[in-house]
Amino acid sequence: MKTTDTATTGVGTPGSPAGPGPAVTRTAAPAPRRTAKAEGATLNVFSHGVLIIWAIMVVMPLLWAVMTSFKDDKSIFTSPWALPDRLHFENWSRAWTEAHMSDYFLNTLLVVGGSLVGTLLFGSMAAYVLARFEFPGNRFIYFLFIGGMSFPIILALVPLFYVMQNMALLNTLHGLILVYIAYSLPFTVFFLTAFFRTLPTSVAEAAFVDGASHTRTFFQVMLPMARPGLISVGIFNFLGQWNQYLLPTVLNTEPENKVLSQGLVQLAVSQGYKGDWSGLFAGLVMAMLPVLAAYIIFQRQVVAGLTAGAVK
Amino acid sequence: MQHGKYRFIVGFLAVPLALYTLFVIWPFIQSIYYSFTDWTGLSPEFGMVGFDNYSRMLDDEIFWKSLQHSLTFAVVLPLVTVGLALFFAFMLNVGGRRRRGAAIAGVRGSSFYKIVYFFPQVLSIAIVALLFQFAYNPNSGAINSVLKGVGLGSIQPDWLGDPDLALICVMVVLVWSTVGFFVVLFSAGMASIPRDFYEAALLDGANRFTTFFKITLPLLWDTVQSGWIYMGILALGAESFAVVQIMTVGPNGGGPDFSTIVLPLYVYQKAFRDGQAAYATTIGVALLIVTLAFAAVVMKLGRRERLEF
Repeated sequence: MKTTDTATTGVGTPGSPAGPGPAVTRTAAPAPRRTAKAEGATLNVFSHGVLIIWAIMVVMPLLWAVMTSFKDDKSIFTSPWALPDRLHFENWSRAWTEAHMSDYFLNTLLVVGGSLVGTLLFGSMAAYVLARFEFPGNRFIYFLFIGGMSFPIILALVPLFYVMQNMALLNTLHGLILVYIAYSLPFTVFFLTAFFRTLPTSVAEAAFVDGASHTRTFFQVMLPMARPGLISVGIFNFLGQWNQYLLPTVLNTEPENKVLSQGLVQLAVSQGYKGDWSGLFAGLVMAMLPVLAAYIIFQRQVVAGLTAGAVK
Repeated sequence: MQHGKYRFIVGFLAVPLALYTLFVIWPFIQSIYYSFTDWTGLSPEFGMVGFDNYSRMLDDEIFWKSLQHSLTFAVVLPLVTVGLALFFAFMLNVGGRRRRGAAIAGVRGSSFYKIVYFFPQVLSIAIVALLFQFAYNPNSGAINSVLKGVGLGSIQPDWLGDPDLALICVMVVLVWSTVGFFVVLFSAGMASIPRDFYEAALLDGANRFTTFFKITLPLLWDTVQSGWIYMGILALGAESFAVVQIMTVGPNGGGPDFSTIVLPLYVYQKAFRDGQAAYATTIGVALLIVTLAFAAVVMKLGRRERLEF
């Protein structure tokens, strides 16, 4: 901000009757076009510079990780920025098989697949009822759901651990799926309730008059109409559940049930003793690339899905 | 629409509500109850101890350290992240040179920047934390090698190993991974501000500085405020747990001399490492209070007349 300020002053006096900007001095009828242009030129150099620097700061660590995943252990430590002497693809195959990355991937796919379907199904059922029907307790249940968005999960984790233990759900994938669904419901219900309210009532009423049951109306008329909303909230939940770290760390400690993020951290800790850093980097990149690729392909939908809840 | 209405409502709400109550609501209520007991988490028996855990907490030096760090996170991180994101978003949407008759435009290539800045947001915080842990490695990490490369070889900080630097290092990672989200969020908000406002301001000769503070920021205020709260809750909760637990050294994380320990990590350590479940929930209650207080303060401070447009 400071630099912008001086840059502006350096260029000359932008004539601004609006006044209070620190760099502004009043001049009698300047040529607004010319000064604005000059101001634009200096500022553009500055702002492009800052924007490019941040872009580099974002991309460099990722490129560095990709590069490192193809190097051998020795050069990772001796020359971190040097290009690999050759592409060590064996790092990747070692990570995939010996370091159990394939298992972590499979577990993550199972857990996220299961919980995503469950979250969307149960979330939309609850949201539909809360958005479309008047009944005693409607408001209360709605606020009960959305209240969950502001509580720190960590507080519930200690008792949750014992709830899971008592129900024999601890360290199981289906247990983790149920927990993911439960913790995804607040935002999902919040988002979909607002969405169902915006859909026209006439279609659902017509279907109902034609003799469809409430359930049938929901599954055959309302759900297809709600597709854009389901996609947005689905992407949001997919990324959140795919990247979840806290819940599995506490509730899923069985080695063969670990999910990606957790497995990688576990790997990093044990690598401290075994020293297979190249394999670990290969694992990291392996976990990074699918989501990055998916993001680049579905970029618009991802951004819309992640920001949908926060913008009016 | 009366026929079978209540049966339908009950049928549709039963499963989601049951899951939510069992795994979310019930544990929350229980944890407040447990904070008044001496439960270890290992045995089924425990007794009520009143406010003992709370008075113990007030005497606990490490609790105060974690509270202090968590509060630093909650104040500094939103300030830096939201500030940077506002600057970037303004440049990308309004800050560009006038061209092709459009009154306002982003700088050239703004859609490219928006895509790139968002990258870290889709990555797991655990992966990001691991990556930066390597980058920070004092002997062979990427950052110190860069310093050596540009001739600053004499400055080779310990980064995460240095009690004075570790907390800042962790915060930088959280900023790095979240700025992109807010850039995109604020961009969406800026896109909805009517162009005539900018045109009128430009006609009056306002520079970009004035334009930002007089037009963009006031009209974006609601989004900025919810972004602020969102970032603060992240910084107090799960995200800070992950980065601190993964990145910093010491038994189960927490940094040299507890220099990076934060409230959620301390809860985790007490409950699952030290077998002090009841005391852990007490710290958890403190975290809940801090989070709610933070949200309340931001809403109170941020209250302005709502601008309709």
